[in-house]
Amino acid sequence: MAVKSYSAGVKEYRETYWMPEYTPKDTDILACFKVTPQPGVPREEVAAAVAAESSTGTWTTVWTDLLTDLDYYKGRAYAIEDVPGDDTCFYAFVAYPIDLFEEGSVVNVLTSLVGNVFGFKALRMLRLEDIRFPIAYVMTCNGPPHGIQTERDIMNKYGRPLLGCTIKPKLGLSAKNYGRACYEGLRGGLDFTKDDENVNSQPFMRWKQRFDFVMEAIHKAEAETGERKGHYLNVTAPSADEMMKRAEYAKEIGAPIIMHDYLTGGFAANTQLARWCRDNGVLLHIHRAMHAVLDRNPHHGIHFRVLTKVLRLSGGDHLHSGTVVGKLEGDRDATLGWIDLMRDSYIKEDRSRGIFFDQDWGAMPGVIPVASGGIHVWHMPALVSIFGDDSVLQFGGGTLGHPWGNAAGAAANRVAVEACVQARNEGRELEKEGKEILTKAAESSPELKMAMETWKEIKFEFDTVDKLDVAHK
Amino acid sequence: MSDMQDYKSSLSDVESRKFETFSYLPQMSADEIRAQIQYIVDKGWNPSVEHTEPENAFDHYWYMWKLPMFGETDVDAILAELEACHKAHPNNHVRLLGLDNFAQCAGTSIIIFRGQAK
Repeated sequence: MAVKSYSAGVKEYRETYWMPEYTPKDTDILACFKVTPQPGVPREEVAAAVAAESSTGTWTTVWTDLLTDLDYYKGRAYAIEDVPGDDTCFYAFVAYPIDLFEEGSVVNVLTSLVGNVFGFKALRMLRLEDIRFPIAYVMTCNGPPHGIQTERDIMNKYGRPLLGCTIKPKLGLSAKNYGRACYEGLRGGLDFTKDDENVNSQPFMRWKQRFDFVMEAIHKAEAETGERKGHYLNVTAPSADEMMKRAEYAKEIGAPIIMHDYLTGGFAANTQLARWCRDNGVLLHIHRAMHAVLDRNPHHGIHFRVLTKVLRLSGGDHLHSGTVVGKLEGDRDATLGWIDLMRDSYIKEDRSRGIFFDQDWGAMPGVIPVASGGIHVWHMPALVSIFGDDSVLQFGGGTLGHPWGNAAGAAANRVAVEACVQARNEGRELEKEGKEILTKAAESSPELKMAMETWKEIKFEFDTVDKLDVAHK
Repeated sequence: MSDMQDYKSSLSDVESRKFETFSYLPQMSADEIRAQIQYIVDKGWNPSVEHTEPENAFDHYWYMWKLPMFGETDVDAILAELEACHKAHPNNHVRLLGLDNFAQCAGTSIIIFRGQAK
């Protein structure tokens, strides 16, 4: 057996952590980082440093290294690739043995992979582009409380995208007025209304009154329309105890779905809530406030596809995905990539959609992508085409801004989505024939006709800041 | 305000009750219904006919009309079962589901006949 001796001092990382000959194991957690090094530092050394600092390494050799088998536990930088169209950075691929991470803990995985290493001096910038979670690790996580099919069965919604609406103004309504806005939207044909993310429990509307009034709105709209309805009751709270208290009350009054902000609320709280939701039969909608802080800079932070995978492991039945067509950031191919990561059970590596690894989710349920933000009826054909049936299309201003009110706005969107689904099922191309399809549907829906007159020509055409890396632009 | 339309819907008006997918559109023509049934067949889903008294329409379970038509791909045969169910239960709602055995969930559900509202 080879014996190692202790020699104090600073070693080059690449001696230990750069292993181009290494073949990743099926059980390894794999990561792809986009690394922008300080000038003059060799790529292999920086890649090895990232592997070291995100796993077992520290800046100097310590005697206790020799009490364990570091060659087993270390992260291994096993490949380097050019970033197409950008010479300032490169991709570094790192493999981590699965026993570096506590089972079922996205908290632990992220603490290692996006911890100290992101402040490391040899780097100018660092971005975690993708993680491959081996099926062995996936199976230790709870995942979405219910999944897409179970939600369809609970809510009795088949063969079309679900329709939602975020209640506006975001802040300042009293609980009773707020419930009115929900009721009007639901009776007009929405499946869900939604608390805005910053609605928690403010002095103008405490959570309990909001929950009570909104439940009356749901019950009345269900009796009136004969359809099942829900409202995402936001249980995001200052502490996990408080969050659980609100969740328990939501269940007690029969709310079918609650909501949490997984980034600002925190991954530990989210995982706890998701487990509770499974045990208590309550659907869980996930909002993503703060994601753009992490994922928008193309050279630094965490890509949204990673945040998507992390949420699927931590647990949530819905997750905001971006719209491709609305007011918020989102490249079409990249968005399609992370939508697949939410819904499918096996996703192949596909660089054209920014997917760096095969990802096997096994039997883990899927998450429904939620398209929300700056969309209205004219976007409907494109949205149905891009997102398909397993999605929630959420029109806030595009419902509430209807000149005749929320019920008319909701009905306009409902007629539009059904007309698009009917046309798609007949084999028509929605994105080509969208205008004819909507115009025809509007002949029998004055609400849709009015909506089409109100919002025509509104477009958001700013270029996306974070594009997929493609060959020289 | 005179141009503004009231949204007509109420607890007391049974016409306000809806039936999920396609129930906000006008009644489909025979050809349009055929096209939707063809879509179910093309998807490889198993057609299944269900019906209920209007007052029980909110329930998850409606009555199955016979068993799901496993492997049935003939649109006329599917239409014939819908008609037979309607004839036997003229006052009931009748819907057609496409059962996706891979997803273990209905792929779609379409109301074909609306029963006599009380």
